[in-house]
Amino acid sequence: MALFELATNGIGVLSLSCPDGRFPSVAARHPPALRLERTIRDLFGLEAEGLTDIRPWLDHGGWGVRHPLGGRIDAIPERTPYPFLPAEGESLHQIPVGPVHAGIIEPGHFRFTANGETVVRLEERLGYVHKGVEGLMAGADIATAARLAGRISGDSTVAYAVAFARAVEAAAAVEVPTRAVHLRALMAELERLANHFGDIGAVCNDAAFALMQAHCGVLRERVLRAADACFGHRLMRDRVVPGGVAADLDEAGRGQLRDLLDRIRRRFPELVDLYDNTPSLQDRTVSTGVLAPALARHYAAGGHVGRASGRAFDARRTPGYPPYDGLRFDVPVLEAGDVNARVWIRIREVEQSLGLVDQLLADLPAGPLAVELPCMAGEGMALVEAFRGDVLVWLRLDPDGRVARCHLRDASWFQWPLLEAAIEGCIVADFPLCNKSFNCSYSGHDL
Amino acid sequence: MTCEDPPMRKILFTGLLRPPLTEPAPRPDDGALAELGRQLDRAARRRLGRSLAIRQVDAGSCNGCELEIHALSNAFYDVERFGIHFVASPRHADVLMVTGPVTKSMREALERTYAATPAPKWVVAVGDCGVDGGCFAGSYAVVGGVSAVVPVDLHIRGCPPSPTALLQGLLALLEQASASSAARP
Repeated sequence: MALFELATNGIGVLSLSCPDGRFPSVAARHPPALRLERTIRDLFGLEAEGLTDIRPWLDHGGWGVRHPLGGRIDAIPERTPYPFLPAEGESLHQIPVGPVHAGIIEPGHFRFTANGETVVRLEERLGYVHKGVEGLMAGADIATAARLAGRISGDSTVAYAVAFARAVEAAAAVEVPTRAVHLRALMAELERLANHFGDIGAVCNDAAFALMQAHCGVLRERVLRAADACFGHRLMRDRVVPGGVAADLDEAGRGQLRDLLDRIRRRFPELVDLYDNTPSLQDRTVSTGVLAPALARHYAAGGHVGRASGRAFDARRTPGYPPYDGLRFDVPVLEAGDVNARVWIRIREVEQSLGLVDQLLADLPAGPLAVELPCMAGEGMALVEAFRGDVLVWLRLDPDGRVARCHLRDASWFQWPLLEAAIEGCIVADFPLCNKSFNCSYSGHDL
Repeated sequence: MTCEDPPMRKILFTGLLRPPLTEPAPRPDDGALAELGRQLDRAARRRLGRSLAIRQVDAGSCNGCELEIHALSNAFYDVERFGIHFVASPRHADVLMVTGPVTKSMREALERTYAATPAPKWVVAVGDCGVDGGCFAGSYAVVGGVSAVVPVDLHIRGCPPSPTALLQGLLALLEQASASSAARP
């Protein structure tokens, strides 16, 4: 278990052996750990003593095996229905949504209880895209595991690759060449830009304002094309590898990225103006889906979800990692916590990322792209800021250099529960808007 | 125009003066045409004409394929100009576009979505995972490729396939449909 202390910015890692298959529940005192403990039970069969909610979380009963990462016992032949939490009161009705949704999005089930149009309770049921990644990683060689890490959540493939690589490098006590460190950050900022453009457009589209979506879609496509031209892949997948990077940036590529920045700087301000000066759009986003700052703090919500609700946390700053310690950037924070604030955080972060790409291009160190990794046992952890928040990777390497165990924790784990809180009291029709403004990862959460 | 013009009007006006971003259609993919070699029956030809309604189903993907499927609708690829559009329900669809290694928890949802799609229907499996489970093959939580659960007519490979590759596959599907349609007695 990794712990973060706000007052000192200290990070501690606790290990507890559970010879009798039990451990004291953290969630009994600190609810944000609830779904993680339900998952530990599903995957390992370890019981959290004192846990009040003992329903399965990722295990839907279809794996053919229980506790796949622990004792592996045969599954119960008959699936039992999942009991949703009750909502009591007059004139309530339920709306089940998913796992197959109406749009081009990932699968998950949402159970709304509504009074007329007003949402009384939303309960999420996730786990549909659980692929057993941690099981596949155990015993895998580094290259295979790195490919899997880059496929935890496709929109954050660079961030995951960086987090996994940094954890491996910490375990093997390897120093990565500075050129690779800078190129990683360059790719990570391009990924952030592409995702923020996509999200800003998509939030507006969910308020039926397609014009923003069309123009933001163009900017997103321009970023992806530049990434493809410079690094050979539109999403820059498998370009960051443990030990360094697998793609270099030549002079022509630098020129293309400078052109990209120029183009975005010409176009983006008028889109921001459009967002800010369209009352019918603001009518949908302002004061919708408010996440209270106290709740964001309690759940240590990362990314735009936390920063739109007053939590000034960004892993690039705290604990920080190279090359960001040598770069100038602000971490924008707002207090309102509504859909509008989450859009504005993205707008401000686009501006910051443009500045970061500028700095990275201006001062790209020469040198090798990667170093050999030694074959050695070790334990390593990394915290990296993806576009939606902090990604944590912890792993242990065997003496032959294979992955013994690896755990990857997406920021979504602590954002999904907050979406349930933010939608309470809103109308059902505002859910797509709220959901998109959070934009949690299903695959990153389900693993 | 004065500076008091609302931003929306300004953007719409300047949009009129800029050349379109939409690119010429790519050639249909030859491999896809070969895979689609099966003859369409008469009912299918009559029903489809030159239009395809697609219902996308994520059956376990990492969401990378979804990003590129989304990109098909942007100004550069503008998939709707070909009569291809995405619909919200399998009951309105001609094509199921399925991504991901099919997870065991999504198997039933995919089967039910397939059953809810009226015939004639096609299934297009998108991405390397859709072929055989990709790098997730062999996991306790994964069934495997899409064809392990529903019959697949066309595979579009890539991790993820680029929008151009997706378009080439879909145009091959469309061409096949209209070629059979032209041969109609």
